[in-house]
Amino acid sequence: MKKEEIPLLEEAIGRIAEVAARMGLDAPPMRFEICPPDIVYTLGAYGGMPTRFAHWSFGKAYNRMKTQYDFALSRIYELVINTDPCYAYLLDQNSLIQNKLVVAHVYAHADFFKHNLHYARTRRDMLETMSRTAAVLRDYEFIHGKERVEKLLDAGLAIQGQIDPWFREEAERPGNIEEQPSCPYADLWGEDATRSREGGDPPKKTKEIPEARDLLLALVRYARHLEDWEKDVLSLLRDEMLYFRPQITTKIANEGWATYWHQRLLRELDLTEAETVEYSLLNSRIVQPPGMSLNPYLVGLRLFEDIERRYDRTEDGPGGRTAADGEDEPLFADGREAIFALRETENDCSLLRNFLTKELVEELDLYLYAKMGDKWVVTEKEWEKVRDGLVLDLTDGGFPAVEVVDVDHEGKGTLALRHLYDGRELHLRHLEKTLDQVQSLWRRTVQLETVVDGRTKTFACDGNRSYSF
Amino acid sequence: MDSDYTLSREDWSLHRKGILDQERHRAKVEEAIRKNLADIVSQESIIMADGQKVIKVPIRSLEEYRLRFDPAKGQNAGQGQGGSQPGAVLGREASRGGGGAGDEPGSDYYEAEITVDELAEILFAELELPNLDDLNRRRIPAEGVDFRSVGKVGLTSNLDKKRTLLEAIKRAARHGGAVPGAIAREDVRFRVWEEVERAQTAALVVAMMDTSGSMGDFEKYVARSFFTWLVRFLRSRYRSVELVFLAHSTEAKEVSEEEFFTKGESGGTKCSSVYRLAMEIVAQRYGRGLGINIYPFHFSDGDNLASDNQRALEAARELLDVARLFGYGEVRSDSSPRHTLLSLFREMGDPRLKTAEIWEKADIHRALRAFLGKEGLPR
Repeated sequence: MKKEEIPLLEEAIGRIAEVAARMGLDAPPMRFEICPPDIVYTLGAYGGMPTRFAHWSFGKAYNRMKTQYDFALSRIYELVINTDPCYAYLLDQNSLIQNKLVVAHVYAHADFFKHNLHYARTRRDMLETMSRTAAVLRDYEFIHGKERVEKLLDAGLAIQGQIDPWFREEAERPGNIEEQPSCPYADLWGEDATRSREGGDPPKKTKEIPEARDLLLALVRYARHLEDWEKDVLSLLRDEMLYFRPQITTKIANEGWATYWHQRLLRELDLTEAETVEYSLLNSRIVQPPGMSLNPYLVGLRLFEDIERRYDRTEDGPGGRTAADGEDEPLFADGREAIFALRETENDCSLLRNFLTKELVEELDLYLYAKMGDKWVVTEKEWEKVRDGLVLDLTDGGFPAVEVVDVDHEGKGTLALRHLYDGRELHLRHLEKTLDQVQSLWRRTVQLETVVDGRTKTFACDGNRSYSF
Repeated sequence: MDSDYTLSREDWSLHRKGILDQERHRAKVEEAIRKNLADIVSQESIIMADGQKVIKVPIRSLEEYRLRFDPAKGQNAGQGQGGSQPGAVLGREASRGGGGAGDEPGSDYYEAEITVDELAEILFAELELPNLDDLNRRRIPAEGVDFRSVGKVGLTSNLDKKRTLLEAIKRAARHGGAVPGAIAREDVRFRVWEEVERAQTAALVVAMMDTSGSMGDFEKYVARSFFTWLVRFLRSRYRSVELVFLAHSTEAKEVSEEEFFTKGESGGTKCSSVYRLAMEIVAQRYGRGLGINIYPFHFSDGDNLASDNQRALEAARELLDVARLFGYGEVRSDSSPRHTLLSLFREMGDPRLKTAEIWEKADIHRALRAFLGKEGLPR
């Protein structure tokens, strides 16, 4: 960005904001910041948060990102964080038109952050919260030594994915469902509640642990040998993950939404011919089909476009699912309304499960692949299986589901965990090393039951040795 | 929506977060390398590499362990560029090195990238030439400059702020005020440099290698990699180190550095020959070696001709008389004879004669430390 281009960009932002608002996007106040690449990579390594605490793993991420940038292997064009006001970092190295695209893209992200229900409980003052967390950790380093804090962070970060974003304290939970007959699905819930009253719980569970699906929280509450400051650190890590979690579980929806809108907003700008060419180039790079892993920009974009088309009225009357599903009235007035409603309610799992079609699977060339010998091979193209495999991959943000079964197993103070096996096996070396980390927090034996090569197996670590049975 | 936005461009030059954590990461990499030096040092790819070459060192301890699914077991979702069919091969294990993204299937461990020079720095930090005699120092003129005094005139870049301020305070105090006013011309002090001569101890290292027929590929590899590191170490640490390369079977001859590291021979083994040649060279070129520190190092499989053992011992003793330290490394295997030069040398019990047994590659590092380790290092 040349200096004289900055007023031009500022003008463009005003125009984009105006068009975005007219088209129905509703973003919080925006703070755009132009940064040199080095800073953008630093921010990228810290999950976009300039105030995040210090840890060597961020240094490692930074190192990798910077190397990739230096060798022109990859490039971050933009970074936007879920705060109010919403901060977006624009790369100094981008051209004016590239940054216009980024601004449009970012406006849709900000709208998504604000309206998607999965973000409803995220802290919009997270920059300040993280800054406080960093300060607290620095204090703990001063009191307890850098090494202890680093070890604790190593252990906490190893299980940072094992949190339950739906955990609610008893008092926070909705009241007894039976007292709310107005709920249209009361019959379903009622049935479920009856079953659990009749003792339909999994038999192995000795006593109900409300935090069962939230390992970090369970450690904070039940690890008897953790000092208060250590519990505090784990709570802070948990809070961070609660903040990051929706970004992980709505990657496709969010990027799809942003890509959908940057294309439409840019069309409303008066671009020169050269700008149009450059814009198209960058846009096509964003949505290009990838080598092997999913391109969330492309998949999300096509999904939203397809949904919009399906619900749009045609010459024959309202589109959508009225005819096929036997609904009298369409769920949404038109395609636009449909996608605006879905950006409020869906995450990646639900969006794909509900709206991925045979045609889309083919068009996007989605598939399942597996390792055969030393080769990675496409194993499945049948669209429903691909969809289900995809949804499974995206469930819980890709983290394996692990539940706390017992915090005093066999009366020996053992922490018993169980992997909720869904057909996918765990990486064993990672499992063993992670158990070591959990053990370093629990300080007594920690065990985890999972399935290896089709057979149930329990891995344990008592601090001196690791074993399995 | 009111279009509430701002666009700014701040000065980020002081934002050093990433760099600081990168430093910590770097320190952890070095720590991990230090712990695995024995394995890394003996890697074939490093031995013959030049200093700028970047090597990849797998470091398991720096992996960020998580509970995660094993992509190699079961199916994963992916996306192609169109028209992928079941059975299409997406990639092979071996070819999946690029990028290094942690979430890619197949990338199993973290690889640190360092240059051979950086690795050498880590290794050499724990090595030195032992028993160097200070008396024999040669003085090397004008080796560098050192700031050794203070003057009233000088270059602005050499301004000594602290002394200047002190002068200002003193002047203020002389005139009765406690707080110094403006700094006057007379207060200003500069650091002044002098050219310095540095004393350097000269050393001669005699690298001797058995190239007889009994030295197999492994034995030669060990000897070569030891000497490669030795030479690299000496060149990086000591300015005036002279190297002599001697290869021997039943007869010894002086060879060039390149020949030493590349050529092999055949025939029997008479170690006395190479010790005698070493003595001759020392006597001819360095006048019985009084003006220089002499370090002979010899690598052999120890399979010396029995008839030569006595002569070899005598020659070694002579060499020891002029040497600061004599390092003898013996590459052993299960088929080695029980009585070799090593056992004879050990019986001598001379503290200046250091021996090392090498059974496997990792022992190369042990040998380096046994010969050149700084005092206080666990041997």
